Amino acid sequence: MPSESASPTLSWNLARDLGEVLEYHFMVNALLAGSVVAVMAGLVGWLMVLRRQAFAGHTLSMMAFPGASGASLVGIPAAWGYFAFCGAGALAIGRLSGRGRGTSPEQGARIGAVQATALALGFLFVSLYGGVLGDLESLLFGNILAISDGQLLLLAAVAFAVLATLGALARPLLFASVDPDVAGARGVPVRLLSGGFLLLLAVAVAATSQITGPLLVFALLVAPPATAQLITVRPAVSLLLSVLLGLMIVWLGMGIAYFSVYPAGFFISAIAFAVYLLVRIAVGLRGRSASARGAADARPAEARA
Amino acid sequence: MAGMRAPGNAAVAQSIELERASVRLGAREIWGDVSMRMDRGEFVALLGGNGSGKSTLLKVVLGAIPLASGRVSVLGNPAGAANRAIGYLPQRRSFDESTRLRGSDIVRLGLDGDRWGFPPPVAWGRSAARQQAARARVAEVIEMVGAGAYAGRPIGQLSGGEQQRLLIAQALVRRPELLLLDEPLDSLDLPTQASVAALVQDVCRDAGVGVLLVAHDVNPLLPYIDRVVYLAGGHAVEGTVEQVITSETLTDLHGVPVEVLKASDGRLVVVGQPEAPAHHHDRHAHAAGDHTHAHAI
Ligand SMILES: Nc1ncnc2c1ncn2[C@@H]1O[C@H](COP(=O)(O)OP(=O)(O)O)[C@@H](O)[C@H]1O
Ligand SMILES: [Mg+2]
Repeated sequence: MPSESASPTLSWNLARDLGEVLEYHFMVNALLAGSVVAVMAGLVGWLMVLRRQAFAGHTLSMMAFPGASGASLVGIPAAWGYFAFCGAGALAIGRLSGRGRGTSPEQGARIGAVQATALALGFLFVSLYGGVLGDLESLLFGNILAISDGQLLLLAAVAFAVLATLGALARPLLFASVDPDVAGARGVPVRLLSGGFLLLLAVAVAATSQITGPLLVFALLVAPPATAQLITVRPAVSLLLSVLLGLMIVWLGMGIAYFSVYPAGFFISAIAFAVYLLVRIAVGLRGRSASARGAADARPAEARA
Repeated sequence: MAGMRAPGNAAVAQSIELERASVRLGAREIWGDVSMRMDRGEFVALLGGNGSGKSTLLKVVLGAIPLASGRVSVLGNPAGAANRAIGYLPQRRSFDESTRLRGSDIVRLGLDGDRWGFPPPVAWGRSAARQQAARARVAEVIEMVGAGAYAGRPIGQLSGGEQQRLLIAQALVRRPELLLLDEPLDSLDLPTQASVAALVQDVCRDAGVGVLLVAHDVNPLLPYIDRVVYLAGGHAVEGTVEQVITSETLTDLHGVPVEVLKASDGRLVVVGQPEAPAHHHDRHAHAAGDHTHAHAI
């Protein structure tokens, strides 16, 4: 992270190091914003992973690019561009992918078309702007160290609204996600919930990408929930774990970045992916030894039956 | 909630009553002039070839597809009005291998998955008692279908028969008055078909639940069912197996000569039944066991 001015050094006294980090207002804001994002992404992403809509989520996070460049082109705040394009992207994906949760190749192709169009529009806007869009880097990687109190407040408000809505829809949304036919027969508005969830996802992505950048949003949206779902099949435990993993990854990533010359986004994404990979390997090993035991048990069980 | 009975009209003896009903999908009439009655607590098999409109009939009963003409009444109500009292198991539903939810979670969704909000993570007082009752009811139906040993495992990793038992538990969890099961025996091996059919009969007898079960082959159901409804050629006949599955009735229904043979073990074999063999074969592609009765009903 920032190294030119303060040039922080790690003293290996954790209390003192932490104190030093928290002396800077921008660091406090960054940690708070990161925490809000981790909680929101951990919960919204949990459903996204369960619904197998990671590709839709990825596409929505790409919407930040045309959103921000379009906003600079017409001279409005970038945040408006994020929300407008993410919302439009959610509607486009919802209309194109039809009912249910999307995993069919055809749906993938349609979402891919939305993503390609978004990226092309982004480049169009950048070149129309005249190529002097100096902030392309913070456009893609966010600017977590420059978050104002106002932005933090807005982020918290959006997160609260998203999570309150998600809480109100939680059970029917879960039902419609894993078992749409039966949910529909029970009167759950499956299509409406599917569209509603995409919009929630879009709002969550838009609110976070201006802070962490679209690339990082995706790391926090996918890795912690996917890791949590690997560890446990109990929904409540899995949700809690997803949030805790997200918080841990954000704090650790920012903490390391503060004492290094590399950006926080890199550490957060790298830690998120590493944790997922390690858990995946551990679960794989455990599964293999369990199935080896199962095979050994199979014969006597058959004899009994 | 858990112990609540759904709103059927208990004064009416019929579970399902169709009168001269017909259905159009797009420009095509799927079936027409179909009349049937099913009493409460009856176990009825709905038979017919591929595309004869069996699943469509269940959707009509659920109120999801409107009739083009005729009348339908379900538990004394118009179709769709008493869906809370119906347990529905759609056709060919299996969970993706990577679905990270337990079998018991799927059953629980059948109990209160249509309620807004979510169960409180910590509860006390009446709310705690409600949670307790809900968990007890879920455990009870899981025990009833004999899925206790594997209900805690991820649903996607269970075998077809295990998933089917849990899905039947999900359909039963709200104490329905009517069960609509769309091909629950499809893609199960023969012993499992028999044990699921026996389970459904137990439920039907013990809980007085009416069951309309769609099947492709009547043979695994023969010891358990009360009556059959047979759909073919855009029409239906109903009655006992002896009345319906005869050379005369089926010849009439299909409009081409059809012969019903009875094997020495009691199995029924239908010869000359007009049906696209490719579809028929594909349907049994996953089924284990030896399907010598490829032309059985
Ligand atoms: N939405 C629809 N529009 C037009 N035709 C349909 C539609 N849904 C199903 N069908 C047709 O209706 C017929 C009956 O379908 P279905 O009830 O699923 O048959 P079954 O369950 O007996 O195999 C089939 O020929 C099918 O192609
Ligand atoms: Mg069908």
